Amino acid sequence: MGVTRRKFLGWVGAATVGTTSMMGTRAHAASNKHFDGFPGSFGVLHDATRCIGCRKCEEACNRVNELPSPDQPFDDLAVLDNPRRTNAAAFTIVNRFESDDGGPAIYAKNQCNQCLEPACASACFVRALRKDKTGAVVYNASLCVGCRYCMIACPFNIPAYEYNEPLTPRIRKCHLCQFRIEKGLLPGCVETCPTEALTFGERDRLLKIAGQRINNFPGRYVDHIYGQHEMGGTSWMYLSPKPFTQIGLREDLGVQPAARFTSGPLSAVPIIVGLWPVLLTGIYAISKRKEKIAQQERIEAVAATVADANEEMKVKLAELKEKMTREKEAAINLEVKKALKEAAEKEEV
Amino acid sequence: MPQETNLPNKSVLTPFNIVAGIIILAGLIVTVLRFTKGLGTVTNLDDNNPWGLWIGFDLLCGVALAAGGYVTSAACYIFGFKRFHSAVRPAILTAFLGYALVVLALHYDVGRPWRLPYPIFVSPGTTSLLYEVGLCVFLYLTVLFIEYSPAALEWLGMKKLRNLIVRMTLVLTIFGVVLSTLHQSSLGALFMIAPSKLHPLWYSNYLPVYFFVSSIFAGLSMVIFEGTLAHRFLHDKMDATHLKESDGVVFGFSKAASFVMMGYLSIKLIGISVDNNWHLLFTGWGLWFLLELIGFVALPAFLYSLAVRERNLRWARWAAAWSVLGLVLNRLNISVIAFNWHLPSAQRYFPSWMEIVTSIFIVTLGVVIYRFITTRMPIFYDHPDYRHDI
Repeated sequence: MGVTRRKFLGWVGAATVGTTSMMGTRAHAASNKHFDGFPGSFGVLHDATRCIGCRKCEEACNRVNELPSPDQPFDDLAVLDNPRRTNAAAFTIVNRFESDDGGPAIYAKNQCNQCLEPACASACFVRALRKDKTGAVVYNASLCVGCRYCMIACPFNIPAYEYNEPLTPRIRKCHLCQFRIEKGLLPGCVETCPTEALTFGERDRLLKIAGQRINNFPGRYVDHIYGQHEMGGTSWMYLSPKPFTQIGLREDLGVQPAARFTSGPLSAVPIIVGLWPVLLTGIYAISKRKEKIAQQERIEAVAATVADANEEMKVKLAELKEKMTREKEAAINLEVKKALKEAAEKEEV
Repeated sequence: MPQETNLPNKSVLTPFNIVAGIIILAGLIVTVLRFTKGLGTVTNLDDNNPWGLWIGFDLLCGVALAAGGYVTSAACYIFGFKRFHSAVRPAILTAFLGYALVVLALHYDVGRPWRLPYPIFVSPGTTSLLYEVGLCVFLYLTVLFIEYSPAALEWLGMKKLRNLIVRMTLVLTIFGVVLSTLHQSSLGALFMIAPSKLHPLWYSNYLPVYFFVSSIFAGLSMVIFEGTLAHRFLHDKMDATHLKESDGVVFGFSKAASFVMMGYLSIKLIGISVDNNWHLLFTGWGLWFLLELIGFVALPAFLYSLAVRERNLRWARWAAAWSVLGLVLNRLNISVIAFNWHLPSAQRYFPSWMEIVTSIFIVTLGVVIYRFITTRMPIFYDHPDYRHDI
């Protein structure tokens, strides 16, 4: 057997301590703590009113990230006829949304929104995804197992997977060009955008800029900055001339960071580890004791029956004895009477 | 003695062996494709549907249906139902094989299977429920292996080690129940991170509780179901004790399953009330939900109770198969069918035939190994050397 009992207990112990100690650092299911992002971290503001759907951002993204060249060239705008999503070969895509009131079409760029508290990072069981100080949500392929739980978790359906890599598939997604930011460069898409539909900067500043634009041109924008609070806030934010659902952004996601959805069940784990053995041992003890009592009662019942039988026997014996004594006496009396009678008869004669 | 009836000089080409052989051959071909061409060739998974049949069936159903191990051993050793003792070994064996095959199936699904130990030994992501699941499944597989090992050790004649492990039975059983509670429930909690993707009738804050409670009756049903098959095909391996106790096991487990299923129904209704989802019951999804809940939980639960009242073995066995199907439907609903329910139908997932072949292949492997072990080791009978100790 490869596992000794001691070693095994050690593992369970470590697991318990591991889960418990991590609760100390992360769980605040019942607190009002809210993470506003790393101070001074960066983000991008996408203004859909300025986007012309030229796909230059897609091209730049493809170039700086050294992605495979697509089947259709980037200047082929017929691609926009069908809605698309990000995939392993495209970290960003632009979609066209026809206006429902006959107005001009709206274009919106889609990519990883770099959540402040990312669902993917919370879901990753090897910490291959994490929120970086720059504001980027970055991926470390050298840890990734390829379980794709991050893709299940992402509310924006962003992470993509290299399904055609048999042995070394990676999760692929926009990482805010973190490697460029660290060199003092702009993200590829922002640098190339010809209409300044993308603004890079500190998230706090972007929020101010967005607020100013809404104030200055109230008729042009929906009065909402998408990403300020969605899913606990994102580093990539949007302004839109139409409700955000009309440019492919869900408005029913709520403002809770994804980690909040699972903090309840996670916090139950150490409690079960602590409580279940007590409960189960208790049930075992009760059933064992019941069994013992039942056995004792059985023994007592047998003894009582035996005792009862003995008692009955004694009474019967006593009765029998008495009866026999009485019969004997009666017989003696009878004999005596008979003898006396005979004697009396003899005397008379 | 059962050992003497082992391996008669029959031809290897029995119908069972031929069918199993074909399935295993097909499975091996798909295996080669999976590891040379990738998931893209073998599966219908895509970026919107990253989890399919291999997670929905092989992992979720596999783990839930292997719950018979902890349920039976807890009933016998913790709750003191000694009359279920002869059901423990078959249940532990099924659970052990079930979990082993779940882990095998994961090797197909994840991108780099040799990194499966990473979450535990290299870079633990403790904020993830999947980490919780991984750790518990790893530990529980170890526990199940130890719990199963006395049968193998009796077969191999290693008395000392066997006696040592048998003395640990209670501790192992408690470990097993703790670990099962944790990962059975966590499998449900996995989906709590995506309220925007799972249909609200299935999404609930009680998902972990639902998964745990349904694993109990799934385990009970599976023990009955599997017992049915074993009686049919492995009857000659069973000793007098097993045969004498088996009807009692069926009715005892039926009663328990019926009871737990009724409780499950009531907590499902509480879930609907808490989220006030009553209006959704009258949509198409609502009908599907009701079909699962009434057609595959309430009705089999009712059949179970009838079977117990009338002492009808056949009904109990039908109810067991029905409940197992219901469990499978529930797990597939949550992981595949009602997941991504808002996506247009063109973007929805349906498994490829190669995914289905792989799943059948893995189940077949389980059946073949189960048969190999039960025809050789003391599973359905007490080993003569240890007849008098429990």
